[in-house]
Amino acid sequence: MCGIVGLYLKNEALYPQLGALFKPMLISMTSRGPDSAGVAIYRNPVAEGQVKFSLAHERSDHDWNSLSTALAEALACANTIVQRDTHAILVTDGDERSVQSWLAEHAPDVRVVGRGSSVEIFKETGLPEQVYDRFDLASAQGRHMIGHTRMATESAVTTAGSHPFATGADLCLVHNGSLSNHNRLREELKRRGVSFSTENDSEVAAAYLTAKLQQGISLKDALEQALDDLDGFYTFCIGTGNGFAVLRDPIACKHAILAETDDWVAMATEYRAIATLPGAENARTWEPRPATVYAWGAETLEGLSVNDENHMTAGVA
Amino acid sequence: MKQLDLQELGLRQINSTLQSAIPETDGQQWSVSNPMGLHAIACGLNSKLSVTIDGNAGFYCAGMNQQADVTIKGHAGVGVAENMMSGMVRVTGNASQSAGATGHGGLLVIEGDASSRCGISMKGIDIVIGGSVGHMSGFMAQLGHMVICGDAGEALGDSIYEAILYVAGDVESLGADCIEKQMTPEHEKTLAELLSRAGMDKDVKSFRRYGSARKLYNFNIDHAGDY
Repeated sequence: MCGIVGLYLKNEALYPQLGALFKPMLISMTSRGPDSAGVAIYRNPVAEGQVKFSLAHERSDHDWNSLSTALAEALACANTIVQRDTHAILVTDGDERSVQSWLAEHAPDVRVVGRGSSVEIFKETGLPEQVYDRFDLASAQGRHMIGHTRMATESAVTTAGSHPFATGADLCLVHNGSLSNHNRLREELKRRGVSFSTENDSEVAAAYLTAKLQQGISLKDALEQALDDLDGFYTFCIGTGNGFAVLRDPIACKHAILAETDDWVAMATEYRAIATLPGAENARTWEPRPATVYAWGAETLEGLSVNDENHMTAGVA
Repeated sequence: MKQLDLQELGLRQINSTLQSAIPETDGQQWSVSNPMGLHAIACGLNSKLSVTIDGNAGFYCAGMNQQADVTIKGHAGVGVAENMMSGMVRVTGNASQSAGATGHGGLLVIEGDASSRCGISMKGIDIVIGGSVGHMSGFMAQLGHMVICGDAGEALGDSIYEAILYVAGDVESLGADCIEKQMTPEHEKTLAELLSRAGMDKDVKSFRRYGSARKLYNFNIDHAGDY
């Protein structure tokens, strides 16, 4: 099972309602994934020279301010940190790698769940509605959001095993399905220096994409190579700085639906997640084809052709 | 026209109302508003009702239909008209995968595109698609007709039995044991009737016919590579 949802607003007038529009989408997928839930929201891009980290800790009373102060002293950087339940959003002008190594050494109980200039990732175990409310997402504003409700099959129900999984700066992945060659692929990636924090198959897909992107391969090419290298069932939704992409395996067993109006584009495992969006009844609604990259938001997906409907697909018209 | 609001009444109430309605006394024309993509709407109907689903439906809409005429005004999710026995189901938009799966009879019309595995294991149903179908359509199709006015995806009619497939557009590839067959005047007549019943204005001369080579009915070591 598992449910995945994505919403990209084309109409700026809707940006203030992003969190409110997205909430029923995620909650409607509770029956597909009651174990944990998570979202990636793209908002409040940081200034040039700054980087935004999404951090998580086991406890909701973790002392994030002390962490931020210690980090600022150690790296002579300026930080702001905002706590949201078990997570915190750290914006720093420190060097990205130095911040990551400092965190690994001095705050080993803190997990980096996302990084980039605008992405914020929140994920926890529990029912999707509870998770959404814990992070106060209903009032969130922004352009796009992806989310996941998990019914665990391949590994334990933990926050670390929840989706989305970060795959690079402003990139993250949610997955519906199961990969059958994740153990072998994980070993191969480990040999190339990639580290893993769970036994989760979806984390392997995320790490695979991360490794490809680090080699300078475009996201579109990385996704097309994934079709050869990932074995199993999957519908992926990949959040990017400017939009999201959808990819299904060549057999396309896992459900997926896309809908588009002049105001928004949405993807979901089932249409009922889209039904509450304004104008959904008149949206162009279709099932995405297998082994085909669909993407919205042009800038990060170099290599995909943009058509005049402000969306693009590779492989099909 | 009797109106049923799905959000107000809930799925069980809607389905039990439709399943127990008697056309002569309760009225023949019914409409279901606010379907909101819910699953299993108007399943198991067994009388000559005419039901309109006013919007996009979820999975398994109008499954197991007998006698009734169900129109989905919008998109239909996975497995629309699954195991239909008789009657008619029409989708005015696109349909997700496995449309008309295992259907024994009746007519399923999809005015837009159908996704993969359309007509999988069909056993007598007739399916007319105004657009294209995805991969593995007509897989193990046993009986009935599938008319595809657009294109067919990979492996059309894989392991097909005695169902007959008509395609006007391109076929990406044929599945195991599915071959092109000659169109006879008799086939053209059947096709014209199906197109007419579905309300599709399409020239029968633009279609090709596909069916079983009947090489996989029994295990034959000479055909081991085809299994």
